[in-house]
Amino acid sequence: MFDPVGVPAETILDITWLLIGICGAIGVVMFCLIGFAIVRCRRPEGDDREPPQVYGSNPIELAWTVVPLMIVFVLFMVSARGIFELERTSPSEGATELTVTGHRWWWEFDYGDLGIVTAGELHVPIDEGGVADLYLTLKSADVAHSFWVPQLGPKMDVIPDRVNHLWLQANRPGTFVGQCAEYCGNQHANMLITVVVEPREDFEAWVRNQQQDAAADTTVAAGKRLFLRTACINCHTVRGTVANGTFAPDLTHLMSRSTIGSGAIANTPENLREWVWDPQNIKPGCDMPSMKLSRSEVDLVCAYLETLR
Amino acid sequence: MTTAPAALAPPEALPQDGIVNGKIGIACMIISEIAFFGTLIAAYLFYIGRDINGPYPQDVLDVSIAPLKVLFNSIFLLISSVWIWLAIRSMRRGRMGAFVFWWALTVLCGAEFLVGTGFEWYGMIVDDGVWMGTNLFGSCFYTLVGFHAFHVTMGLLVLTLVLVLALLGHVTPRNVEKVDLVSWYWHFVDGIWIIVFFVVYIFGNMPVS
Amino acid sequence: MSALQPPAAAGPVPFLSRLHEWVATVDHKKLGTMYIVCGIIYLIVAGLEATMMRWQLAWSGMEVLTPAEFNRLFTMHGTTMVFFVGMPILLGSANYLVPLMIGARDLAFPRLNAFSFWLFFFGSLLLYFSYFGGQGLYGMGSAPDVGWFAYAPLTERTFSRGHSTDYWILGIFVAGIGSTATAVNFIATILGMRCRGMSLMKMPLLAWIMLVDCVLILVALPPLAAAQILLLFDRQLGAHFFDTQAGGSALLWQNLFWFFGHPEVYILILPGFAFVTEIIPVFSRKVIFGYPLMVAATVAIGFISVGVWVHHMFVVGLSPMLNAIFMGSTMLVGVPTGIKMFNWVATMIGGRIRFDTPMLYATGFLCQFLLGGLTGIFLATVPFDWQVSDSYFVVGHFHYVLFGGLVFAIFAAVYYWFPKVSGRMMNETLGKWQFWLLVIGFNITFGAMHVSGFLGMPRRVYTYHADRGWDFWNLLTSLGVIVQILGFSLFALNLVHSLFRGRKAGDDPWDAWTLEWSTTSPPPPHNFDEDPIVHSRRPLWDLKHPDDPDWKYE
Repeated sequence: MFDPVGVPAETILDITWLLIGICGAIGVVMFCLIGFAIVRCRRPEGDDREPPQVYGSNPIELAWTVVPLMIVFVLFMVSARGIFELERTSPSEGATELTVTGHRWWWEFDYGDLGIVTAGELHVPIDEGGVADLYLTLKSADVAHSFWVPQLGPKMDVIPDRVNHLWLQANRPGTFVGQCAEYCGNQHANMLITVVVEPREDFEAWVRNQQQDAAADTTVAAGKRLFLRTACINCHTVRGTVANGTFAPDLTHLMSRSTIGSGAIANTPENLREWVWDPQNIKPGCDMPSMKLSRSEVDLVCAYLETLR
Repeated sequence: MTTAPAALAPPEALPQDGIVNGKIGIACMIISEIAFFGTLIAAYLFYIGRDINGPYPQDVLDVSIAPLKVLFNSIFLLISSVWIWLAIRSMRRGRMGAFVFWWALTVLCGAEFLVGTGFEWYGMIVDDGVWMGTNLFGSCFYTLVGFHAFHVTMGLLVLTLVLVLALLGHVTPRNVEKVDLVSWYWHFVDGIWIIVFFVVYIFGNMPVS
Repeated sequence: MSALQPPAAAGPVPFLSRLHEWVATVDHKKLGTMYIVCGIIYLIVAGLEATMMRWQLAWSGMEVLTPAEFNRLFTMHGTTMVFFVGMPILLGSANYLVPLMIGARDLAFPRLNAFSFWLFFFGSLLLYFSYFGGQGLYGMGSAPDVGWFAYAPLTERTFSRGHSTDYWILGIFVAGIGSTATAVNFIATILGMRCRGMSLMKMPLLAWIMLVDCVLILVALPPLAAAQILLLFDRQLGAHFFDTQAGGSALLWQNLFWFFGHPEVYILILPGFAFVTEIIPVFSRKVIFGYPLMVAATVAIGFISVGVWVHHMFVVGLSPMLNAIFMGSTMLVGVPTGIKMFNWVATMIGGRIRFDTPMLYATGFLCQFLLGGLTGIFLATVPFDWQVSDSYFVVGHFHYVLFGGLVFAIFAAVYYWFPKVSGRMMNETLGKWQFWLLVIGFNITFGAMHVSGFLGMPRRVYTYHADRGWDFWNLLTSLGVIVQILGFSLFALNLVHSLFRGRKAGDDPWDAWTLEWSTTSPPPPHNFDEDPIVHSRRPLWDLKHPDDPDWKYE
């Protein structure tokens, strides 16, 4: 089942158990009453007498108006506390802060002061025995999306004329997958989020790598030339080159990510070739067109892309 | 009551002459119209001050009493509610001549309002260059004021129809309850204008601080 | 009187004359029947759309449909089910039953009634015409693919090219005008056309519930029409209401839509309540328990339902206070709904229940609606909603309410009133087989959805990856559909068979108590030969039990 790994998700699970308890009890009572009526109040075969007519009973009706009201009151108080606990407007001490921008159909993660902009996959440090707090600022570049990583906490809509905040938490290292939860068009299904919670030293190594400009490997100069000559650079950025488009994911460290197309497919050399050959075969309807390269040109470009570690 | 059914007094029948239904029907229609305008007004209020480019309401809306400007037109529209009330009253007293007079005056006042609105729009579109797509103010203004003007137009058509029928002698004091229903609608159109006027020309037109 | 009788038909009536009779009719019974027939046809269409979707989602990575096709299907499925299945069936049954139950000759405005029907009919055609005309000059998309709640700015011209969204707007707008006019018509009918002796508190509960339902239609549908006009102006006149680049607001659409949308689900479910409220007493052989409280609960549901719409927007990032307030109002709806549940069960207890098919469906309604209502309490709880909102849990929940609840109530109503409409009984054996197939198929399909939603599966995804662990639950959901299809096929078979071969019903096959059973089956065009006079809520009970009439106790 749903396996929470932090305070927000655990709070929700606690409330869920409470709900299951209360609603389960109501359900059991009701089903017993219905079952009693079905089993014990049948008309005997061939007996056409009418039963006594009972028009109502004020005390009984009062009881089943007041008791549900009291149940609702209790449930309300407990859940209202949950709301105020989980909905935060400022980051807690030591939280990783980043700005998330929803695009059709990929996520952009901007680490602000760290100078890192990446896509689809975000990294969070965790100390031994500590927790990883995550404080997100959510924006949308186009339509409404929703940021949802179930194991880390609640979801929050990402709305173009609004800035929302979301507090998530993980209490152990691991990789947690979520995805867009508000229908945003054609490829809504392939708008995944990968959250990598890793020990602080791994995270710092990742940060150092991400902060560097793109690797300049002379052995793939032909592929790089082809890449820079093609319309790729209108949408993609590769830091350290003339490619500075912002409509599509930053490719500076493409190979450090585990998926292509925001989770559409695993990031392997073969998949990368297929993707560059024609993204529409993998993620039909996405904004990236086939660049009509020949197979050998695709190989050249991908050889270059594979150096972007 | 514990008497036998035969001894039960026969219950009262509802007066099923159709006019009760008509009254309920028109009242319900007006409720649905209020829900409709309420939504447009809510949208208007929501968007006040959210424009990111001009012209702003303060630049183009003229709330002076000058002829054919909005305040002048509004007076004509609102006073027509009095005329239509007088028309119905005359009809109830069987004075069809007076009815036709007041009814025609109502039509004229309503027509003046429409013409005035036309001039106002012409000025805004041609001179000030504000249309639906100019900014949020344009979108909201033409939608809300336009839908009101559309309702005035519909009302005028029905009023004119009644007027023509009355002139042809087809409307008699016996029809007063039905004609009265038309006046309900007209009062609604006038009443909603008071709110629209307040929202658009007063509240939405406050000087920006 | 004899001058008013139509001349005895000599030989079969030519097809064209019969067609003309139906097309030009202003009779509430014919119009009601046409509404229901249209609703059932669209039920099949929308059901097939759902079947296609379940085929695509049966396993991870299936490629039955392209994403665009899938997105159109769920948009059309939702829109059709709400506007062109739920609405016509409820308006149609109200059309047929309300005048008969209150002893009236017809609705207050019969021609307006016919006009409303044809608005609904052509509105629905307009929506489906998008499959042919939606491409516009862009060669883009055919049917709308924006979801049934069409969140802006996805519906703006920038993101939704072609005309599909315009067809969505206009189809629903036109049908909505029809529904609003019908609501006006019913309110006037119920308030002004009751027979002698039928004070408001002596009306059958169905009439009461329909009255509240129509008031809700009256206040909820015009805001949708207004919102759609704003959207249409955005798309066609370049206005900026929902254009977030020019200061417009995506949130305003959500507010306006749900201000309509939440009352709308009560508009849909209330007639379901109405059906079971009429059926349970008759088959329990007992008067409804607590009539005044039932009326009060209905009115309370009506009032509360216009104040809960924000619970669809708990995840848009509102303030904790606002979230808490709307959580409270949403939970509060549970109280009057709970009262109804208790009263239904209290009516059954102490009765002598006959489990004929209508009662079977009514009992199925009670159980499944109970589950849907309880998961509704789950979703009203904001922190829980933050987790599962827009997931398959929500899809499962509202199908328990609208399918397990409303559709089961509709089947109860069809089996109960079919004899009145057609003069023939439906087949009990087929009916019971259909019931059990539907119960099993339904619970497999939608029960499993709760699990996949809780495991993190968002709604409206056309595919998912194998590593998410959702395959089993989705397969279960899709397999349930097969069982349901069997059930629905039996229903179609039963309907056609009973229409021609069913046992003759007689005027009052269920030994019921409301006025519609006092006239012939099917009723004559003028409904009643003599204007009925009533002294209590159960006029036929009074007739059948002169020694122990109801009017002594009310």
